[in-house]
Amino acid sequence: MLCNICKQNEATVHLTQIVGDKMQKVDLCEACSKEKGVSDPSTFSLADLLLGLGSAQELEQAGGGAEIKCPQCGFTQADFKKNGRFGCAECYHAFAEGLDSMLKSMHKGVVHKGKVPKAIAQTRDVAEKLKKMQKDLDKAIAEEDFERAALLRDEIKETKKRLEQLETV
Amino acid sequence: MSSDSIHQFLIPLSEASLRKGPNDKIVMSSRVRLARNVRGLAFPGWAKKNERVKALETIQPAVESLPQMKKSYAASMDQLSALDKQILMERHLISREHAAKNAGSGIVVNKEESVCVMINEEDHLRMQALRPGFQIKEAWEDIDRLDSTLETKLEYAFSPKLGYLTACPTNLGTGIRVSAMLHLPGLVLADQINQIIQAVSKLGLAVRGLHGEGTSADGNVFQVSNQMTLGQSEPEIVERLTKVLFQIIEHEENARTKLMEDKPKVVLNQIGRAYGAMSNAHSISSKETMNLLSLMHLGVDLQLFPNLQRPLVDELFIMTQPGHLQSTVTEKLGTEERDVLRADILRERLSKVERPITPPTPPSTGEKVD
Repeated sequence: MLCNICKQNEATVHLTQIVGDKMQKVDLCEACSKEKGVSDPSTFSLADLLLGLGSAQELEQAGGGAEIKCPQCGFTQADFKKNGRFGCAECYHAFAEGLDSMLKSMHKGVVHKGKVPKAIAQTRDVAEKLKKMQKDLDKAIAEEDFERAALLRDEIKETKKRLEQLETV
Repeated sequence: MSSDSIHQFLIPLSEASLRKGPNDKIVMSSRVRLARNVRGLAFPGWAKKNERVKALETIQPAVESLPQMKKSYAASMDQLSALDKQILMERHLISREHAAKNAGSGIVVNKEESVCVMINEEDHLRMQALRPGFQIKEAWEDIDRLDSTLETKLEYAFSPKLGYLTACPTNLGTGIRVSAMLHLPGLVLADQINQIIQAVSKLGLAVRGLHGEGTSADGNVFQVSNQMTLGQSEPEIVERLTKVLFQIIEHEENARTKLMEDKPKVVLNQIGRAYGAMSNAHSISSKETMNLLSLMHLGVDLQLFPNLQRPLVDELFIMTQPGHLQSTVTEKLGTEERDVLRADILRERLSKVERPITPPTPPSTGEKVD
């Protein structure tokens, strides 16, 4: 068995970790295990190493072998495998396939629940308001409440304008 | 402010060591770091050098214009000498990785050394708030405020589903790392530290050494931090770590009490020898100094020293590290010369410190002193 990192030397150090309901295995040679700090338990973070390797493998599977390239920055899967880091924000779109299962093994969830920049939060709120008004309008028309429908139509027009302004900022 | 004045700019250690915070016997300091990137620019690790330089030219003025940075020190990393970088690292203002950066990366730190922004580290922005003692919630509020102002000046790379987009997917979402630096000599002496580290790791939190990832726990100092950044809100992450930290503090306090009950001679022996060695050494390494100062620190906490206070121990802890030591002299020192200078400083600074008292011992328990 060859070392997962250098793929040259015989692996002599074997590590196993359970992440979620999946077992991840890493096999390393003497030199790579030293370099990754495996020989010194006080400085070694099993998770970092495993996540790094595991995630690269998952991305590779997702891509079905074909080399995906980020259209924005030219970053490839091979680059990700090497660095464990992406090239630019757009890479998250380019490599979206397989991303969820990788994120699942790293995080509590796969959807952001934290802070949102104010400008984006505002846009989102207005967009949601617009959706709701559209529904109300449909309902008003169905109920033949044309007075209310006229009112809503004007409001929708205003809100759309506002949304456009927000999005251009 | 010009970059040649970093030495004048940094707070003197004698002053810095007077800073106090809640629970600071065990929690030395709290820190919250946020990772952010600017929309449309390649991440620093992938960007070409001229792109990084350009990014720095956009980002640095935006950071300097923040109200929190009214009195601040800003520099490009190539303007700083290796020694300057080492000193900033020893003060925990920049990471080891950032200390290795040059042109195209920068730093902005405020006068109080409570807010520090690294530009073009692994992400475009790594901004951190630091506070003495156990104040992670307050540190989060500090950096949240700074971030809310900065987002009006720079457009962040953000996705409604994935949150703040970071170079490494392990920081994705909130981009937050909340951490506390803990002094845990009790758990180390009682041989319980590995159990604690394992338990904390199982909770999805990380335990690291003094200078973060991949560093050793010299001086019985450990950093505990969150690892997951996506799928939880910032206050949830802060709250979770707070709970765990309170538990670690309790374990450390219990370990200390139990050690003094069961093995007082072991503890007194170690503290007494630490005092003896440092008061009389003529050559001493940085690592040994940290470990002995940790024992002195414990001695102060246990009220064994009649006239030694915490600030002196804290001051010596930073002052005896290689960079700070080198900065006190003009000629370049080798390791051995540094060890001699370190011992000279320790002997001098500890010369008026009275030796630790021997508290009345309870009836002998037949304990073995090792």
